[in-house]
Amino acid sequence: MHLDVQQLSKVFTTRRGPLLVLDQVSLYINSGEFVCVLGASGSGKTTLLRIIAGLETATHGQVTVDGHAVSGPGSDRGLVFQTYTLYPWLTVQDNIEFGLKLQGMPKGERRDRVHHYLHIVGLGRYAQLFPHQLSGGMKQRVAIARALVTEPQVLLMDEPFGALDAQTKEMMHEFLLDLWRRTRTTILMITHDVEEAVFLAQRIYVLTSSPGRVKEEVAIQLPLERTYRCKRQLEFVQQRETILDLLREERLKAIA
Amino acid sequence: MVKAVMSRSSLPPSVFWRIGEAIPSSLQMVLTGLSVLLPLAVWLLLANSLWADPRFLPTPQMVLTAIGRLWQQGLLANDTIASFGRVTSGFLLAAVVATPIGIAMGTFASIRALGEPIIGILRYMPAPAFIPLLIIYFGLDEAPKIALIFIGTVFFNVLMIMDAVKFIPKEFIEVTYTLGGNRRQVLLQVITPYIVPSILDTFRVNIATSWNLVIVAELIAANEGLGKRIQLAQRFFRTDEIFACLIVLGIIGLVLDLSMRFLMQRTCRWAFPKR
Repeated sequence: MHLDVQQLSKVFTTRRGPLLVLDQVSLYINSGEFVCVLGASGSGKTTLLRIIAGLETATHGQVTVDGHAVSGPGSDRGLVFQTYTLYPWLTVQDNIEFGLKLQGMPKGERRDRVHHYLHIVGLGRYAQLFPHQLSGGMKQRVAIARALVTEPQVLLMDEPFGALDAQTKEMMHEFLLDLWRRTRTTILMITHDVEEAVFLAQRIYVLTSSPGRVKEEVAIQLPLERTYRCKRQLEFVQQRETILDLLREERLKAIA
Repeated sequence: MVKAVMSRSSLPPSVFWRIGEAIPSSLQMVLTGLSVLLPLAVWLLLANSLWADPRFLPTPQMVLTAIGRLWQQGLLANDTIASFGRVTSGFLLAAVVATPIGIAMGTFASIRALGEPIIGILRYMPAPAFIPLLIIYFGLDEAPKIALIFIGTVFFNVLMIMDAVKFIPKEFIEVTYTLGGNRRQVLLQVITPYIVPSILDTFRVNIATSWNLVIVAELIAANEGLGKRIQLAQRFFRTDEIFACLIVLGIIGLVLDLSMRFLMQRTCRWAFPKR
């Protein structure tokens, strides 16, 4: 799998005229990688992800998966939103099963697959609960399982932990990293949280704001086995500071 | 001194005048009881006082007797069944027609553009204004009454269901596409289950309109029904029977409303999360 974003631009038509939100953004992600796109608000990062997911169209440029241009949403690109988007009328189990049902997978096979992913996200005991009975962190774990169950080529995540409290967020980071190592899923995550990006990603694309451009591509030099303790280590802090400086530079430019 | 400053700067506590908060359940029960008992007491006092003419304002006792008499004569059950049958037929017809149209209009902007203007005009034509036309078309039998209830309810059903669909969070639809769903699946497996509680609530609200209209229809031309009973009572100056029918109508409405709520909470538990 190779996902390629080539010279992507997006112009929104507003009442005050055309507004450029993404300016010739190019990036790629290889099979099994964990890549973060980091940007402040106004960097068009959510728009970028929505275009990759096929929920919006680009004004110029294109997105390809294994050489095939993306023309709309599909189950090869799973998506996890920041807001809780579990179907409220379905149980945890039925939520996870939903995508397989849509694709017409036979019932027996469906049950096995759902069972497998329920355990991967550690929610086996909660299979029969409804979303409103779950905490925010649990809801996002179900959303991740629901996106993974159809075994997409790449998992797209739009600030998936943005609505969680700091402690839950930290737990979810370790959870996601562990899940990524075990399942070898390719992940592309959008975030504005520098620490989150450095902790999770192998590579980070730092975006500028208004319009969003790729300011820099940063490869993270940290061991693959990461726990929350490594956030206090010098290498981690240094890489975080480098990126914070990049973003700060952008802020100052915006004010000037 | 300190106390005076405190009371001026902070909100004084209250139980009765709390805004947007629940009241204690004991107070709730007392107020609920008063809501019915207070008007009843006023009626009791007024009707039994010296200035009241019982021919115009019957006492609660007289009305109770009238209800018993109508029941014993078999008229009350007969009339209630007749009215109920008309409401049920007219309303079910309106529900069956309105639900798919409302969902389609809420889902597709194109269907909405096609349907909304004409329904916007039609719903402002008062349904009773159609009665003469309906009598010309359908005669004096059941058909014009059912048609009246249908006309009076169907457009409101459509518009309210349409609005419910419009407010479905876009993310539910988008996430379904990314799970490999097509438009047909979004319509039938996401939008439809999502709005079932709203549809039931729409029915609960609009069935009241159906009850209004069945009485209107029966006042004009009918052989039986609660509206007909009221009209006959007027002819014979039986205000006690008019009051009796009004009370029966109120009770039927309350029972209908409560059973619709019950049905809704039973079938759509997910929409009523307990705290």
